[in-house]
Amino acid sequence: MKTKRIVKKHPLAIRWFHWVNFPVLTIMIWSGVLIYWANDVYRLGWGDKTILKFFPDSFNKALHIPFKLAEGMAFHFVFMWAFLLNGFFYVLYTVISGEWRYLMPDKNSFGEAWQVILHDLHIKKYTPPQLKYNAAQRIAYTSIIIMGFGSIITGIAIYKPIQFGWLCAICGGYEAARIEHFILMIGYVFFFVVHIIQVILAGWNNFRGMVAGFDVEEVEKRNSTNEPV
Amino acid sequence: MSKKEFKKELATEKQIRRRTAISFLIFFLLLAAGYAGWRWLYTQPDSDGVQKPLRYGLQKDEEIFGSIFSKKTIAKNYPKEKAAKSVRVNGNIGMSNDFDYKNWRLKVLKKNGDTLRISLDEIRALPKTEVIFDFKCIEGWSQVSHWGGVRFSDFVKKYGLDKEAGMNYVGMQTPDKQYYVGIDMESMMQSQTILCYEMNSNFLPLNQGFPLRLIIPVKYGIKNIKRIGTLYFSNPKPPDYWAERGYDYYSGL
Repeated sequence: MKTKRIVKKHPLAIRWFHWVNFPVLTIMIWSGVLIYWANDVYRLGWGDKTILKFFPDSFNKALHIPFKLAEGMAFHFVFMWAFLLNGFFYVLYTVISGEWRYLMPDKNSFGEAWQVILHDLHIKKYTPPQLKYNAAQRIAYTSIIIMGFGSIITGIAIYKPIQFGWLCAICGGYEAARIEHFILMIGYVFFFVVHIIQVILAGWNNFRGMVAGFDVEEVEKRNSTNEPV
Repeated sequence: MSKKEFKKELATEKQIRRRTAISFLIFFLLLAAGYAGWRWLYTQPDSDGVQKPLRYGLQKDEEIFGSIFSKKTIAKNYPKEKAAKSVRVNGNIGMSNDFDYKNWRLKVLKKNGDTLRISLDEIRALPKTEVIFDFKCIEGWSQVSHWGGVRFSDFVKKYGLDKEAGMNYVGMQTPDKQYYVGIDMESMMQSQTILCYEMNSNFLPLNQGFPLRLIIPVKYGIKNIKRIGTLYFSNPKPPDYWAERGYDYYSGL
């Protein structure tokens, strides 16, 4: 005999930070691409051989990217504050509330992450035991914070390369900082794609957790000794 | 299942439904509000080519980064060998073909209404400062280049413009008035800001602003006006070509 019970999952604050960050980061990426277009020199390839140009003309055309440098800069340099503050308060919250314990990888995470990936790819049945987040999630959600920090550092290095010359030097110079800033953006897009796939696969209960904050657990009635948290 | 247990089960089910419904209602309301906010922002009336709230934001950025600007912080200097031999040319607004360079004089409008008319030879007679720095275009490219001219602060001293230098901004325009910039006094008085007449130790080419241009490393290229015709001082912001077309007025680096 099974029965349902409600268990707390994501605190309200975390849900706010998450859903504020989503549109803000989208605006930062979009406006960043508008800026990048004005000097779109990056590509994947070697010598004269180009495998992928950033970005193909069809991509720019479809998304109405060309000739919007001024617009891109205006949005980028206003919404950067929202991105910075939201990220800052998120980190502050996880530290003060102790949520960081669920989010930071521990000494087992790096080994376990492989098991999670093999499981998710249906190669293995075994899943390592987990708390709120599995090992792969811990690594991903901590990496994304480090990436956010990287975007701010490289961003300031490009934005004020003379006033923050020391920061620009740490990044390896002005052009290097621009490349790093760009690669981090590609990283977010990659994260987003994997994240969406995982959310779809994880199902309704998981998604509701990020909106409503609770999880529904099915427990054996008789044996259940755990009190709802 | 006892009646009591059944009721408890039902209560849990009801609670799940209720909490889900309320949360998603709030979620969708916020989503709609977010979208409405975005539409509102995107369709706001223009202020010099950019939505008013964004222009306000750019002005705030200017206040923040203007307040931490330090004249002592200088752009990195490079050795001469690093300077590009072929210097990139970008933009020809204000460079009309009918320019009469033989009769060119730099016009400086003084506070008392006088106008100074200064020839290239007179400017070249002033102490020369060379700047080799990474020139940065607002488009996102940069290039190390080598320039020579007179420090603006030296020029101010030499021509007794100290009173004028107490004002907030310097305005400059091309002889045909087609291109014009406004720059805050602090940035103008920085030691690498020069009224420039040399590139790679030769006269400026015509397309680089012969006879005189501005080189100001602490600003994007758009502020480095070529072929200066008139220079003046002002407390309100002087008009600025690209700032009228959606760009940040400050454009400081």
